Amino acid sequence: MGKVKIATVWLDGCSGCHMSFLDMDERLLTIADKIELVYSPLVDAKIFPENVDLTLVEGAVSNEDDLHKIKLVRSRTKLLMALGDCAVTSNVPGMRNYYSRDEILRCAYVENAAINQGIPTQVVPLLLPKVRPVHEYVKVDIFVPGCPPHADIIFDAIAALLEGRLPDLGNQARFG
Amino acid sequence: MTQILTIDPVTRIEGHSKITIRLDDQGKVAVARLHITQFRGFEKFTEGRPFQEMPSLTARTCGICPISHLLASTKACDDIMAIRIPTAAASLRRVINYAQIVQSHALSFFHLSSPDLLLGMDSDPTLRHILGVAEKFPELAKDGIWLRKFGQQLIERISGKRVHPTWIVPGGVSHPLRAEVRDQIVAEIPQGIAIARKTLAWFKPVIRNFQDEIDTFANFPSLFLGLVSPDGTIEHYDGLMRVVDAQRKIVVDNLESNTYADYIAEAVEPDSYLKSPFFKPLGYPAGLYRVGPLARLNVCDHLATPLAEQELAEFRALQPEGAVLSSFHYHYARLIEILYALERLAELLAMPEILSTQVRAFAEPNKREGIGISEAPRGTLIHHYTIDENGLIARANLIIATGHNNLAMNQGITQAAKHFVDGTKITEGAFNRVEAVIRCYDPCLSCSTHALGEMPLRIELTDAAGQILDSCERG
Repeated sequence: MGKVKIATVWLDGCSGCHMSFLDMDERLLTIADKIELVYSPLVDAKIFPENVDLTLVEGAVSNEDDLHKIKLVRSRTKLLMALGDCAVTSNVPGMRNYYSRDEILRCAYVENAAINQGIPTQVVPLLLPKVRPVHEYVKVDIFVPGCPPHADIIFDAIAALLEGRLPDLGNQARFG
Repeated sequence: MTQILTIDPVTRIEGHSKITIRLDDQGKVAVARLHITQFRGFEKFTEGRPFQEMPSLTARTCGICPISHLLASTKACDDIMAIRIPTAAASLRRVINYAQIVQSHALSFFHLSSPDLLLGMDSDPTLRHILGVAEKFPELAKDGIWLRKFGQQLIERISGKRVHPTWIVPGGVSHPLRAEVRDQIVAEIPQGIAIARKTLAWFKPVIRNFQDEIDTFANFPSLFLGLVSPDGTIEHYDGLMRVVDAQRKIVVDNLESNTYADYIAEAVEPDSYLKSPFFKPLGYPAGLYRVGPLARLNVCDHLATPLAEQELAEFRALQPEGAVLSSFHYHYARLIEILYALERLAELLAMPEILSTQVRAFAEPNKREGIGISEAPRGTLIHHYTIDENGLIARANLIIATGHNNLAMNQGITQAAKHFVDGTKITEGAFNRVEAVIRCYDPCLSCSTHALGEMPLRIELTDAAGQILDSCERG
């Protein structure tokens, strides 16, 4: 049997969920025989590949790049896991939803800047009006809350999926 | 006609970004730009929040260095409360900060950059990652995982959680250190020191294989900023700001946190969400300076622990006349700081007062303004808050460590691209080297980032008006 193809992606989040993924520590090496990390901030793949078995998504959908990316990821992955509170609820990034895009950008690039005051518009992606959780745009198969979810939960979830079962996280995962 | 090469996304860094390289008519590199494409908006959406919430909220800027944000933020809150925290609380905050330096530097060196250093800049990109390293150099990969785990586990043991703990609070820390936890940590330090020394002993001769990279990875004169104690020892938690020049001559010294705005201002570039702080007396963009491990070793007079001090002397010999200028040496500096942090942890945990139960001071706000500065793994971090009469945030300004390096990262990728990228014959290894310049700085772009590219190496041919004439891509 070939290795299970796993990807991790990171939208609008703090990378804490990716740190929790790495917090599996030596267990990373034990699952390394069974999985192939085909796309992730930790590897050099530049294109999200076809036929990914499992994708862990950290972060909320906040800008046009995030939206484009999550749709692409969904179309190329069998099982999608919303990893962590930002992916599941939009959490702290969603706190900007109380303000308009212009208000929030002006604060950073006009009020708190001394030179070239103005909102960046070249190359950078446009912010969406509101930050939303992943499942508002694409179907999510597994929700794993936590800020971040504990490494044991991530490991148990991956281990269950490698055995062909859906993980039962009812007693383990919690928000915050 | 202008040709633009795009690297999107930059990989094996903490966050997403892209690089564009503009070629001239002859196909030579004219300029390279780093674009940070995520925007978070913390400065606005924290307005109106009770100031005591700021540590927990701003920690969410970064899951790699949440401890740094917790420290800068609680220091700003301490300032608003106008209190001096108990000595043991300050020592415990130092302990957790050193733990974070160990884990964050280990992540940068072993998990993200060692694939370039061990497998080679031109090696197969599909295997150029930590699991690829684990296959070929299992011992080194295990050492890296062990060191990162040591730091993360220390954080969990004393604070209850590896990422985003709630233990560091305005006024100190929420609960004291228990003796058995201290003993567990102390028992592990010797292995950490052994790994740090072994890795340094391996890395120092390896550096010679990278002379081309050393010469071109942001190797130019600049200012350096970092915290030092009043006697000039390196500082990571408290201390005063010092700026030195390329000759290691002190430009300004003993700057208290409340003077930062006299020396640092931020500029905006229209093609990046990351602002560019600059040293005000020199203006923009001449006031380019660097922060982080390389800067801290250039700025300080000494390290004050025996093994790290010895390493510093050897490090300084790289450039006996002045500051070590190549950003490639951030890697080396990072390893020395890991060793230093471990030695300091042993010292701090040996003090009987570290178990003191007096670890928190309580107060209402006594000032309308507070500034907290500490050294994050990546460099100087500044949190500046003003509050209203109800203790709610009226204005927040965060200057993130990675931001300070923005100008230097841009100048650095231009220098490396000019040397390695030939517009007529593009190679993956050349692009990887341009990305590797960014990896030296270990930027924490989640503190201000993002992007995605379906087309990794996309080449666009545009005319002078920016109209795309032709494009092609490689997988």
